[in-house]
Amino acid sequence: MLGTEIMEQQKKMSLVSSMEKKTSSLRGRRRVGETIIQGLLFFSGFVSIFTTLGIVYELGKEALLFFQMPEVNILESLTNTKWQPHTGNFGIWPLVTSTLMTTVIAMLIAIPLGLAVAIYLSEYATPRARTILKPILEVLAGIPTIVYGYFALMFMTPLLRSIFGRDVVEIYNTASAGLVMGILILPLITSMTEDSLSAVPRSLREAAYGMGGTRLEVALQIVLPAALSGIAAAIIIGLSRAIGETMIVAVAAGAGPNFTLNPFKGAETITGHIVRISGGDLSYDSIDYNSIFALGLLLFMITLTLNIISQRIVRRFREVYE
Amino acid sequence: MAQPLPNHEYSKYVLETKGLGINYGDFRAVVNVNIPIKRHKITAIIGPSGCGKSTLLRAFNRMNELFTGTSIEGKVLFEGENLYDPAVDPVEVRYRIGMVFQKPNPFPKSIYENIAWGARIHGFKGKMDDLVESCLRQAALWDEVKDKLKQSGLALSGGQQQRLCIARALAVQPEVILMDEPASALDPIATLKIEELMQDLKKDYTIVIVTHNMQQAARASDYTAMMMLTDRQTRSGTVIEYDDTKVIFTNPKDKRTEDYVTGRFG
Amino acid sequence: MKEKLANPEYNVNIQGRNRGGLIWQWIFQAFTVIGIIALTALLLNIINGAFGYVALEARVDPATLAVDGVPLQDQNKDQLISALKANISIGAYNKLEKDKPFAKQSAADVRQLILERVVRYDVKKSWTLWESITRANKIKTEAAESYPGAKLEFTSWLTPDFIARPQSSEALTAGIRTAILGSLWTILFTLLIAFPLGVGAAIYLEEYATDSWHNRMIRTNINNLAGVPSIVYGILGLAIFVRTLEPLTSGEIFGFADPSTANGRTVLAAGLTLGLLVLPIIIINAQEAIRAVPQSLRKASYGIGATKWQTVWSHVLPNAMPGILTGTILAISRAIGETAPLVVVGASTAISFDPSSPFSKFTTLPIQIYQWTSRPQDEFRSLAAAAILVLLIILLSLNASAILLRNRFSRRY
Repeated sequence: MLGTEIMEQQKKMSLVSSMEKKTSSLRGRRRVGETIIQGLLFFSGFVSIFTTLGIVYELGKEALLFFQMPEVNILESLTNTKWQPHTGNFGIWPLVTSTLMTTVIAMLIAIPLGLAVAIYLSEYATPRARTILKPILEVLAGIPTIVYGYFALMFMTPLLRSIFGRDVVEIYNTASAGLVMGILILPLITSMTEDSLSAVPRSLREAAYGMGGTRLEVALQIVLPAALSGIAAAIIIGLSRAIGETMIVAVAAGAGPNFTLNPFKGAETITGHIVRISGGDLSYDSIDYNSIFALGLLLFMITLTLNIISQRIVRRFREVYE
Repeated sequence: MAQPLPNHEYSKYVLETKGLGINYGDFRAVVNVNIPIKRHKITAIIGPSGCGKSTLLRAFNRMNELFTGTSIEGKVLFEGENLYDPAVDPVEVRYRIGMVFQKPNPFPKSIYENIAWGARIHGFKGKMDDLVESCLRQAALWDEVKDKLKQSGLALSGGQQQRLCIARALAVQPEVILMDEPASALDPIATLKIEELMQDLKKDYTIVIVTHNMQQAARASDYTAMMMLTDRQTRSGTVIEYDDTKVIFTNPKDKRTEDYVTGRFG
Repeated sequence: MKEKLANPEYNVNIQGRNRGGLIWQWIFQAFTVIGIIALTALLLNIINGAFGYVALEARVDPATLAVDGVPLQDQNKDQLISALKANISIGAYNKLEKDKPFAKQSAADVRQLILERVVRYDVKKSWTLWESITRANKIKTEAAESYPGAKLEFTSWLTPDFIARPQSSEALTAGIRTAILGSLWTILFTLLIAFPLGVGAAIYLEEYATDSWHNRMIRTNINNLAGVPSIVYGILGLAIFVRTLEPLTSGEIFGFADPSTANGRTVLAAGLTLGLLVLPIIIINAQEAIRAVPQSLRKASYGIGATKWQTVWSHVLPNAMPGILTGTILAISRAIGETAPLVVVGASTAISFDPSSPFSKFTTLPIQIYQWTSRPQDEFRSLAAAAILVLLIILLSLNASAILLRNRFSRRY
């Protein structure tokens, strides 16, 4: 009895060790190739980290050079309302107010329209209507921004001028750029809002209908509030996109920093300024060159902060339902 | 009192189905159901899974219409009036015939708001605080939450959430409460609480409950409807027997019912 | 029924609520329609600009160039060459010969040169399509009065010639060939960088890295990078690829470039910059595609004793490839339309020769559109409109193929 058991054990062990011998010889051969490939893939994964580090380093380095220049000091930047580097004026306000104006106008369009379309798609639209609308939104989202820029200059500005008068609305103005930017951002807000609305569990809707709610009441009083953080995240991303948008403002908003709160006048935004300066003659380490990096760093930090806030909100939102 | 609607039928029951069939597109989920629901009594609908119990229950408050492509044959009479008459708005139906679902689904609002919302959209004219308290008392939840009405409804335990859902349904003062397996997601203690609650509620309301827990049906209900598939091919369900609960569980007339309640199958 | 349902404590007001619901439904629908109108307005606006009447005045009437009664269109190459020689200076002729010998040029090329240098049509005024259709007679009288020497022609700015001709500062002879080739070269390098790195990173994240802290860090990092404005990538590209890596991107270290004119503003730098920009898109899409591969496939492969890389290479990747390709096409669509980063990196404003190597100066289609839109003359706006139409058609085809791919991909399961 015991003898057969021991024999069985020995058989098993010899089998295992012979297999081990086989695999260990195989393992030795293939290991090197696998490790190399794993290393390459690991490197690929880290390229994105290099990119972020690169952005922070390069922007930071040159921006630092900018701030170290004798003509530049931060206090002056924050109080001056003129941006004319060649005359020693480094007030950021003209560029910042212009960016703010285009962004605000864009959000005034994109948020109500975006939410409305999303609610319509999610709560009211028939499947057939949805198959028509969603591709249209995708097309709107895929149009390059330069095309929107052309549209702003060649359609929106003449339209505004015919409505409000040619002497009120300048040829280059922040209103046209803002309005068209709103159309650009609309699909983004709609799609993110619609995702949030669909994520609201069906059981919630059933409970609301079960109590005798009309479609509108269920949509606006139960579903929408339940999806609020997702919607907030969408709006923040839209904001971030609007702030970083370049070509629409470069073509239609104006060339030249101008501190004004009148949307019908031309005023260059942060991004428009960067593009115009780099399009011209640019010598390395000149004050214009370094200012690009300072402005770029500002842009990067603002959009990064907004994006991080948005991600936090989405994460908290997901926790509630899972 | 105003004139009764043209298709008023005499019915002494709160609810009654006549030749009721429910279809999802071409699929006939439920066929030919003729049962009464008696006032201030608890009626249980039992049967193996997939035979259409929930579908039948949802026909009582027109919840099936939330899916596109559903249609019904026959009638569902509420106090003698056909619920499915074209002149009737489903919104009206649902506020007189309320529903509690299998998984507790309170709104992500405060406890107070959960209850107040239904009353508010229906234009409640009285004092909201009193209504909220009354509903929570009827749902045996008042003592546990009276100090934290502003807290989120989602912060309660499973059993408490379900009682909150019951309180919420009571806020619009329905006549009938439909319950779709209300205790199946709860632990035994919470389940018992719900069953006690049902006995209290039936003094003021009529209750219809779907359950796959036979002991629960036997314990808690007054009348029972036994559902089963008519045949394997069509997968349509129907009520094969309706009677006093005592009769169904001790001396059923249909052999299939007997097999089911004695546990021989299902 | 209403009596049965009425309860004096409630003011149910079903009708009022339904009416309110209907009004809001109309509002939502109206806003949706506004979105559709915006898109239509955009497309119509562009089409409007790309076609219309043009008043052309020739500095030298082409009729005077007829040789022996043979008009300009029908002359053969030799006749054309002699006509050209007779009408421009010796120096100009010799320069043309040096740039590209007449022996190598076709008759059409020479005719083009004659039109450009001798006839020299001037656009006196151009009108949009809508104006041309609705006010045709008024335009004709206006042209006859204000521009007596000009001929009025209904032109389409978008012609096959337009696509084939190189860039030029003369509106009538300008084409987008240079720009399209520039875009293609740039995209080529964008893909060479972004595709292997992107797919590699996706494989790493999905197959090799477990839920470790550095994995999560990379994931958040990629999500953040996806939201960075494209112009910041341009600035990064300017600093690193154009300036710091100038010897590499200008081709100096390979000996390709003439040190006096070379700088880092080349196709290579542009491709690298855009590569970094679209990298997050490729990674995220590839990750999704790889994640969608059923676990059973991997288990089957491991069960036979294959190593991780063998499993990935032979089973996971082929299975995920349609999804990865869809993501790549989306990335290309994004990259083709990008303007701002390339302007910062330094696209050339006035080149007319086609790119021939990664170290060539470059311009791209969207940048060409930007430059033309920025010019005050009407005819350049029309050129911009025509170029936009080409760009949109290219993007439409790309996206259509992505959708086709996605459908074929999902049909498998």
